[in-house]
Amino acid sequence: MTREEIITKLKAIATPYVLNKSLLDAYNENTDFIKDLEINSANLVDIILDVEDEFGIEVNDQAMDGMLTVNDAVAVIQKELSK
Amino acid sequence: MLHQEIIEQLPYSEPFLFVDELFHVAHDGVSGVYTFPKEAYFYQGHFKNHPVTPGVLLTECMAQIGVVCLGIYLVAENKQTSLEGLDTNMLQIALSSSDVQYFAPVFPGEQVRVVSKKIYFRFHKLKCEVSMYNSQNKVVCHGTIAGMIKPRNDE
Repeated sequence: MTREEIITKLKAIATPYVLNKSLLDAYNENTDFIKDLEINSANLVDIILDVEDEFGIEVNDQAMDGMLTVNDAVAVIQKELSK
Repeated sequence: MLHQEIIEQLPYSEPFLFVDELFHVAHDGVSGVYTFPKEAYFYQGHFKNHPVTPGVLLTECMAQIGVVCLGIYLVAENKQTSLEGLDTNMLQIALSSSDVQYFAPVFPGEQVRVVSKKIYFRFHKLKCEVSMYNSQNKVVCHGTIAGMIKPRNDE
């Protein structure tokens, strides 16, 4: 799976949790889920659980703490997929 | 004994404590009861001359028994500490979502039973499927409630 495919899938996963959809217009690899998309920490947990299902991976607590931006998430997903 | 310890660790007091007794606490769920006092202050206004327990307080009761009591147990279990060793003054607790449907009214003085099943507890978020029953064993309300619960020093 290419980096671009992962970034696109992440947007689709995050979209249901974004209250103000216009915030998604500026979505890019540097987007911060909480600061830029105004997602709360509880919904960020659900996004990570959806990521686990979508990519068939398991995210541990330590990796979760570092998943603040799209770039962070891509790094975790790519690392897990390569295992 | 364990059940009473969990209740003592709850960060609530009168008039906003909605847990009397727990029957069953395990890593996959919890059950307990609460009796809404006949003389509770909110019946003066909900409704005028027609006291009925507010749905928002039924949800609160479900959250306190079904999510917070279970959460305290799970945090203690995860930290592998006894409940005595767990300082819940140091717990951060927040309701994050509730999706509840109501089927029957609860009148002053009625006892309700809450049964909660854990859906997941991941990354400090506890999500549960929670049902409330009245003394006739009829479903009063049912839904999913989630909250964040974590020790303050555990970032």
